[in-house]
Amino acid sequence: MDWTTVFSDAIRAGLGPVAACYALAAIGLNLHFGYTGLLNFGQVAFMLVGAYGVAASVSTFGLSLVAGVLIGLACSVVLALLLGLPALRLRAEYLAISTIAAGEILRLFYRSSWAEPVTGGVFGLQRFATAFYQANPIPRDTYGFWLVQFNSRDLWALAVAWAVVLVLCVVLAVLVRSPWGRVLRSIREDEDAVRSLGKSVYSYKLQSLVLGGAIGAMGGMMLAISTQSVNPDSYDPVVTFFLYTLLVLGGAGRVLGPVIGSILFWAVLTIVDSTLRQAITAGHIPETLLTAPEVGAARFALVGLGLMLLMIFRPQGLLGSRREMLLDAR
Amino acid sequence: MRVHRLLVPALVVLLLALGPAEAMAPGTEAVPGPSGLSKALQALLNGVQFGSVIAITAVGLSLVFGTTRLINFAHGELVTVGAVTAFFFNASAGGPRWPLILSTVLAVIAGALLGGLIELGLFRPLRARGTSLISLFIITIGLSLLLRHLVLILFGTSPRSYREYDLQRAWNLGPVSITPRDLTIIGLSVLVLLGVALMLQKTRIGTAIRAVASNRDLAESSGIDVRRVVLVVWLLGGALAALGGVFFGLAEVITWDMGFRLLLLMFAGIILGGLGSAYGAMVGSFVIGIVAQVSTLWFPIDLQNAWALLVLIVVLLIRPQGILGRRERVG
Repeated sequence: MDWTTVFSDAIRAGLGPVAACYALAAIGLNLHFGYTGLLNFGQVAFMLVGAYGVAASVSTFGLSLVAGVLIGLACSVVLALLLGLPALRLRAEYLAISTIAAGEILRLFYRSSWAEPVTGGVFGLQRFATAFYQANPIPRDTYGFWLVQFNSRDLWALAVAWAVVLVLCVVLAVLVRSPWGRVLRSIREDEDAVRSLGKSVYSYKLQSLVLGGAIGAMGGMMLAISTQSVNPDSYDPVVTFFLYTLLVLGGAGRVLGPVIGSILFWAVLTIVDSTLRQAITAGHIPETLLTAPEVGAARFALVGLGLMLLMIFRPQGLLGSRREMLLDAR
Repeated sequence: MRVHRLLVPALVVLLLALGPAEAMAPGTEAVPGPSGLSKALQALLNGVQFGSVIAITAVGLSLVFGTTRLINFAHGELVTVGAVTAFFFNASAGGPRWPLILSTVLAVIAGALLGGLIELGLFRPLRARGTSLISLFIITIGLSLLLRHLVLILFGTSPRSYREYDLQRAWNLGPVSITPRDLTIIGLSVLVLLGVALMLQKTRIGTAIRAVASNRDLAESSGIDVRRVVLVVWLLGGALAALGGVFFGLAEVITWDMGFRLLLLMFAGIILGGLGSAYGAMVGSFVIGIVAQVSTLWFPIDLQNAWALLVLIVVLLIRPQGILGRRERVG
């Protein structure tokens, strides 16, 4: 077993742009689920409209990247209002089912032959973030420590993504400690009590949905920009499940929960992946049990098992306090 | 809320008006003509067939929700496990290659056992610990990921078919045509659904299931063994899901994620019919199946499930308690 490669790869994945983008999307989800108690199971839909907002604006309509980002954000706000206005009046489970359905509807529409002139259909769109990489001030070289090396492009993408994560964490930390954030947390704990104090629970929930959705869209945008491509099938409902896994891992209802969760999620996923691959190559795992092409599936099975075990034995995650996370459906 | 009441019918009319215009777009085949009616009837029949598969699988999901308030996201995997188990007995290279009917019976038993195992091994102990409904819901998502990817490892990514009833000549019945296989699927599904309805209506356990679904605490205090009722519901749900899986695999193909793809349509069906009501799940599922198939008259086939899911969101807008749901407080 070559543990140096395993661990350097894990650190690379944990620090890389993908982890930062997932952290962003999970920060939005944390506002929904962790602070307000909203069961949004369609966070991937916000990522999708954000990503395609940028991609289609730039490569289909020839607008600038900045305009694309604004359009992506506007799309996420519209989506949040469209979903929230009807569904937030209903019980929690209705929001869960309608958000996951909305995500799937959007994915199917964006990949359909109908939408192909705008979204590129099943092929998606590529190379729309040239402006972003042209703005890269980092000289061409590889940077890093030990075996953890990034080229200047990746370093630029991950630096910007983590910077956005940092800024949003500070903003969120201030917001959730404000009177506004206290109302959100009390909605999570006891909605009826908040209502009896004369607060409009519905309007606060809607604000939370819009803000968290816009943050989710930023995650999708950064993901699209850092990979220079969007494809409808990478916005599968499973992405939302991963976001929940990393959020529960880090600790829902904690400012740094999604950040720590995302870093650990990607690092652990990489460790499992390369350990399994090496064990198969070295013959520690017999071919009849698992072959190299099946490793991808095996690690997702382990994600599922991990999510179950976390919810059963440590629902508050690494950072959370158990007393605060005794959520119940309402 | 009053605005929504006007908005939604207007939207539906708009979509209907938009539909034929889209079909005329260059590059697509024009639908109208003398074959228009027969095409519509054919789509309707396909919809009934698709709906019957959704209905069979959705009843269990709805009953589990009705008796435990649990949204079981892993229900789709019971469907896949049923289809894949029957495939193993019927057509897998290393399997016994038994006839499909025997394989289906074994798959249904396997589905019931898996359902029972999930309840006894996972959810009953967790409920006893007082785990919240939201935690249980997230646990079903973990379970769904786990089961689906285990199936992927064992079954692989490529779609397969059963050994029998694979290619059949269609019968022409007036304006529509259907293969004997698909007609059998519709017939058997309807029979099974009638059987479930009779069971719920006439037997002691059926009455107990309805009692627990309508008021758990009241049922418990009138001496009904709620734990036993819930176990029966899981066994029944697992069996029906597995049977639906075999039907779905027969009508289309068996894939590792077939159940998950069906899951959202099941949810659409049970919300349309009324969350928690078994009969609602049946009616709603047929509507969803028909919407999915009939939409292909106007819209590209790759969007058929999107329209069915759109029905779900429209229903939440105008009548969240569903067609047959009780007018209880849903907000």
